[in-house]
Amino acid sequence: MEFYRAHVLVCGGTGCTSSGSTDIIDKFNDELQKHGLQNEIMVVRTGCFGLCEVGPIVIVYPEGAFYSRVEIGDVPEIVSEHLVKGRIVTRLLYHDSITEEETIKSLDEVGFYKKQMRLALRNCGVIDPENIDEYIAFDGYKALGKALTEMTPDQVIDTIKESGLRGRGGAGFPAGLKWEFTRNAVGDKKYVCCNADEGDPGAFMDRSILEGDPHSVLEAMTIAGYAVGADQGYIYVRAEYPIAVKRLTIAIAQARQYGLLGKNIFDSGFNFDIELRLGAGAFVCGEETALMASIEGRRGEPRPRPPFPAVKGVFSKPTLLNNVETYANIPQIILNGPEWFRTIGTEKSKGTKVFALGGKINNTGLVEVPMGTTLREIIYEIGGGIPGGKEFKAAQTGGPSGGCIPAQHLDTPIDYDSLTQIGSMMGSGGLIVMDEDNCMVDIARFFLDFTVDESCGKCPPCRIGTRRMLELLDKIVSGKGEEGDIEKLELLAKNIKASALCGLGQTAPNPVLSTIRYFRDEYEAHIKEKRCPAGVCQALLRYIIVAELCKGCGLCAKHCPVEAISGERRKPYTIDTDKCIKCGLCMEKCPFNAIIKK
Amino acid sequence: MATSVLANDSQKFAELQKVIAQYKEQEGALMPILHRAQEIYGYLPLDVQNYIAEELGIPLTDIYGVATFYSQFTLKPKGKYTIGICMGTACYVKGAQKVLDKLQEVLNIGVGDTTDDGKFTLDATRCLGACGLAPVMMINDQVYGRLSPDDIEGIISKYKDE
Ligand SMILES: Cc1cc2nc3c(=O)[nH]c(=O)nc-3n(C[C@H](O)[C@H](O)[C@H](O)COP(=O)(O)O)c2cc1C
Ligand code: SF4
Ligand code: SF4
Ligand code: FES
Ligand code: FES
Repeated sequence: MEFYRAHVLVCGGTGCTSSGSTDIIDKFNDELQKHGLQNEIMVVRTGCFGLCEVGPIVIVYPEGAFYSRVEIGDVPEIVSEHLVKGRIVTRLLYHDSITEEETIKSLDEVGFYKKQMRLALRNCGVIDPENIDEYIAFDGYKALGKALTEMTPDQVIDTIKESGLRGRGGAGFPAGLKWEFTRNAVGDKKYVCCNADEGDPGAFMDRSILEGDPHSVLEAMTIAGYAVGADQGYIYVRAEYPIAVKRLTIAIAQARQYGLLGKNIFDSGFNFDIELRLGAGAFVCGEETALMASIEGRRGEPRPRPPFPAVKGVFSKPTLLNNVETYANIPQIILNGPEWFRTIGTEKSKGTKVFALGGKINNTGLVEVPMGTTLREIIYEIGGGIPGGKEFKAAQTGGPSGGCIPAQHLDTPIDYDSLTQIGSMMGSGGLIVMDEDNCMVDIARFFLDFTVDESCGKCPPCRIGTRRMLELLDKIVSGKGEEGDIEKLELLAKNIKASALCGLGQTAPNPVLSTIRYFRDEYEAHIKEKRCPAGVCQALLRYIIVAELCKGCGLCAKHCPVEAISGERRKPYTIDTDKCIKCGLCMEKCPFNAIIKK
Repeated sequence: MATSVLANDSQKFAELQKVIAQYKEQEGALMPILHRAQEIYGYLPLDVQNYIAEELGIPLTDIYGVATFYSQFTLKPKGKYTIGICMGTACYVKGAQKVLDKLQEVLNIGVGDTTDDGKFTLDATRCLGACGLAPVMMINDQVYGRLSPDDIEGIISKYKDE
């Protein structure tokens, strides 16, 4: 490789691409050309740095200057000041990356990164994902070489078993065991599949790995193929992820070109190839049996298990299915050994977990922490707390299958088992923070609306039962709730959980159950007092003029489209709640903030 | 045996034939073919489904069953601009519903509908993976983030005038 005196890393993840990083890269190349620096300084388009909130992000090495919210107009200045004259453009630095003495902190000193441990994301934001040489320079395909030339398939499986790695796709099943089942299954042909369907709305860990480090997944799948005795792999990826699809396509072509996919890999006599299969917008296809039906070109409907995919999977052959993040951990476990991996995490959950931190939080983005980190550390230390000085109310993990975690459990060390114990679940890693302005009944309704929409309709408990639950919630949020509705919800939930065919139906009631468990008072306020404490549910809102604040200017009355406001000038006005259509205009227009909604 | 939609545009038809030839022998060819067919035609007209059925030797009902199962496949032509407003959790928690309400008001159509002039289709989508910028919407390939309902009129009018 050529020698460059500086590297300009520009984030090419989805978040930063959305906020314009492609143009920024072009601009850097133009400007460097102008200064004749194109052979001295290299511009690299990397994967996600995790801090998408303040994107587009540019990091300049060797200094490690962390520029955030870079605009195209800032590029000439970074080039002429920083890269030509060596003067860092302080005004563009990420606020938390400068010390009080105005020197740059190294990245692991920045609050957002300090408590993180990046294993699955190790190459994201570090290498150019479209260049296999960079992956190789960071130990890429070394684990594959080691497995194929120094280890037997059984040794590979034992290594994964001993590492304690559990599936990152939701259920947390021990990965090594699954590999062993697939190896032991009888079949003339076997498959290795990767679940990159990432259905949890509000989660994008898998996407970032695929975009930032696609080769790690290819390498791991090939190792898995060797271990279980498969020669064909499929990656089932959401069609809504165009950048991930593009980078995977490039990565597969490069790996084939280098002989790292195809025939006789590393001269070991082992053959393996990988194909992409695109999903088409059905959440249930994340479920393993539905996913396999979809790969076969059928409707993505789940089927009862057993037989499990390890015995009867794609095209009725034994199939190993793991999640993207599960795979991303494999090469390092092979290279560093299972003992190393076991030192990270808690007793029953080893390693790290990537979370997509979103909602009411200052640092929205992607974080990877050792298992056992507390929610408080994630939200307040890494996430930088809640914006606007608002109060934390709950965090939702596990998406539409999971539940909420209220403030009293902020200090629970997070792992598979502790989350299940408090009525939520690890899920795939979506972590949505909610504050006092979010209504928990509304959130439960949101998730149920999602599952009703996504139910494949094959089995009645899910198809009809979840719809009944949604109707009850609709009733409650629109102010027509009745005594006994909560109990009806609980009963329906119990029956659906017990009788639905697949995980979608079995877990659909969870968000409702966990919000009832921790926020029953909010449900009761909606039902008994016809009041939404968070002020979200439109039908229950009342606009009120606070007499002490009202100066009687009459502006509100002038703007009200339905003449619901009356009064005399210079005296407090009043709103006729029966006439009011809750448009909120008056509140917007009042110059004295005298109108509130409750 | 080319029928109307197929006969209307021989170039598209030739592309479709090429795609089918490319995947035909593979196992599980149907999904990739439907994806590509939709790329070519913008949607999946019945004629196209029929043709694929004949070529692959699969009953039309199976193809129709698959095409209607997945929300990404559409049997109706879409507008020139497809607006996908993200209703994923991160966006919802940050007020995507209000943005959607505003879109429906400004365009005067519901979710899944297309304006009479064939210009806009409004879709509610799942997480677009840009949660850091929530609430987010896409108009064709362009992403708009950190939206508030007040931004909508301005953004839409840019496309209206084109
Ligand atoms: C409705 C439903 C949706 C699912 N969605 C996903 C998904 O998007 N990604 C994923 O990896 N696993 C998903 N799963 C879990 C998979 O069925 C499967 O357990 C997992 O991919 C196995 O990989 P792992 O053992 O590495 O976690 C889903 C399960 C259900 C029931
Ligand atoms: S539980 Fe729901 S999604 Fe699963 S098979 Fe039954 S109807 Fe389909
Ligand atoms: S909220 Fe709208 S309808 Fe109600 S009083 Fe205010 S302006 Fe009138
Ligand atoms: S996409 Fe750029 S930091 Fe995440
Ligand atoms: S939830 Fe909207 S982009 Fe992720």
